[in-house]
Amino acid sequence: MSLDKATVAKIAHLARIKVPEEELGHLAGELNNILSFVEQLNEVDTGNVPPMTSVAAQKLRRRQDQVTDGGYPQDIVRNAPEAAEGYFAVPKVVE
Amino acid sequence: MTYIQGETGDWEVVIGLEVHAQIVSNAKLFSGSATAFGTAPNSQVSFVDAAFPGMLPVINAFCVEQAVRTGLGLKAQINNYSVFDRKNYFYADLPQGYQISQYLQPIVGKGELVLDLPDGSTRTVGITRLHMEQDAGKSLHDQHPSKTYIDLNRSGVALMEIVSEPDLRSAEEAGAYVRKLRSILRYLGTCDGNMEEGSMRCDCNVSVRKPGQPFGTRCEIKNVNSIRFVMAAIEYEARRQVEVLEEGGTIVQETRLWDTTKLVTRSMRSKEEAHDYRYFPDPDLLPLELDPEWVEEIKRTLPELPDEKKARFMTDFKLSAYDANVLVNEKAKADYFETVAKGRDPKLAANWVTGDLFGALNKAGLEIEQSPVKAGDLGGLIDLIADNTISGRIAKDVFAIMFETPGKTPADIVAEKGLKQVTDTGAIEGAIDQILAANADKVEEYRSGKDKLFGFFVGQAMKATQGKANPALVNEILQKKLNG
Repeated sequence: MSLDKATVAKIAHLARIKVPEEELGHLAGELNNILSFVEQLNEVDTGNVPPMTSVAAQKLRRRQDQVTDGGYPQDIVRNAPEAAEGYFAVPKVVE
Repeated sequence: MTYIQGETGDWEVVIGLEVHAQIVSNAKLFSGSATAFGTAPNSQVSFVDAAFPGMLPVINAFCVEQAVRTGLGLKAQINNYSVFDRKNYFYADLPQGYQISQYLQPIVGKGELVLDLPDGSTRTVGITRLHMEQDAGKSLHDQHPSKTYIDLNRSGVALMEIVSEPDLRSAEEAGAYVRKLRSILRYLGTCDGNMEEGSMRCDCNVSVRKPGQPFGTRCEIKNVNSIRFVMAAIEYEARRQVEVLEEGGTIVQETRLWDTTKLVTRSMRSKEEAHDYRYFPDPDLLPLELDPEWVEEIKRTLPELPDEKKARFMTDFKLSAYDANVLVNEKAKADYFETVAKGRDPKLAANWVTGDLFGALNKAGLEIEQSPVKAGDLGGLIDLIADNTISGRIAKDVFAIMFETPGKTPADIVAEKGLKQVTDTGAIEGAIDQILAANADKVEEYRSGKDKLFGFFVGQAMKATQGKANPALVNEILQKKLNG
């Protein structure tokens, strides 16, 4: 598997990371190094190995259906670049 | 089968629906903040819901139970091992930058839903899957000229996405599907089905094809929020596609929006590149494993659902499919009917409930729960007809009074207004003798063959007794006196 510059540009855009044109080639090289490193795993037959979901043998923890949190709207918007009337205020996004 | 008539012949519409149903729970899917509707902005938001750094999701056990209960209600396969994935996209009302959803291994697999069609027939539609996911926040675009306001109260609320097979073939069937699904969810108590408050929203996948041909390219209409709009949007979209194809064009697979003011669907171009969601298992959550015993326990405590109730009403009460449908689509209506029907003629009870009562409620804009006439009192009214205290016609008047003056029993009203049926043969005979004497000419005409006049005499007799005479007795006495 090998990534070209166009694919790197697309991934960067999907992740909303601004990558200047001249850096795309370099980044493609780095990503391809990582991919080929990981590709070594394909040499091992993992057909009968279940995916590892946790390093410790444990089950998903569950919570009771009780309201135990919330009720601090000022804290929620405190770090927002802009807030108004208790809402986050962001540049207009409208269809 | 309903087809769309085009210039080049018939077209078949193929529809699959994705319904997002908000799970009824106190707290959110992965946090302990509340789910109530209509509270102050950002007042029901925890740091988890707002995706503050380092916050971790912990699943709400009851939301899982609700999803399993819904799966069982849809006669679906329950997957005892399911996985939460991240669906990645950027939008201002999605603080995490991803939605926690289920992708390749959902909690519920294939099931089915029976459509009750207007002509009384039924059709089974496949359910592809049901998975759990988080809701996003709410964007308000109309509060400020250049800003969008974001309220995260809904962020993290548990949703079930219920996906149908592309088995629906008309806007009417799609409407029947959403209605039936809503009815089942309400019976189960897993979603309140309140589309106005956004507790149920629908994405409609629509394509058209010539009958017998493979599926055409589909368009997805996002976030339609009423059954009426689901039907209108599908109807519009199908006709648009037929028009494009007949003009030699091709359908582009895309996301479209239902414009509720112009009543058209239009392209949402910004969504196109967002479709690359790069799902992967959420490393913050272990797989969800269910104990089969626990699933069995939920199955044992399922309520009687609309299909079973309908079947029982048809067998035990001999109701028509139509009447049974009307009665079971809301549990409160079915319960009301059963109270009225208990120990009484079920057919008569069904006529009163679906006819007089539903008609009056509809006219007054009331729900069954708000009915001024309680089920026990409507039953009492039917008893008064059954034991000949009042005639069926007078009963209509009594019902109207009951509807206007809640709390009064039918017996009270009959006594107060002196509406008790006259079953005293002597009194009726007296009244009839007077009528016959006063209309000697008509009596003569009747006896010389003008049979139609019989109705005239009945009318006069009822009028003379203010409608209180027992109609059967009036008929009998008139027969005797005129023909005897």
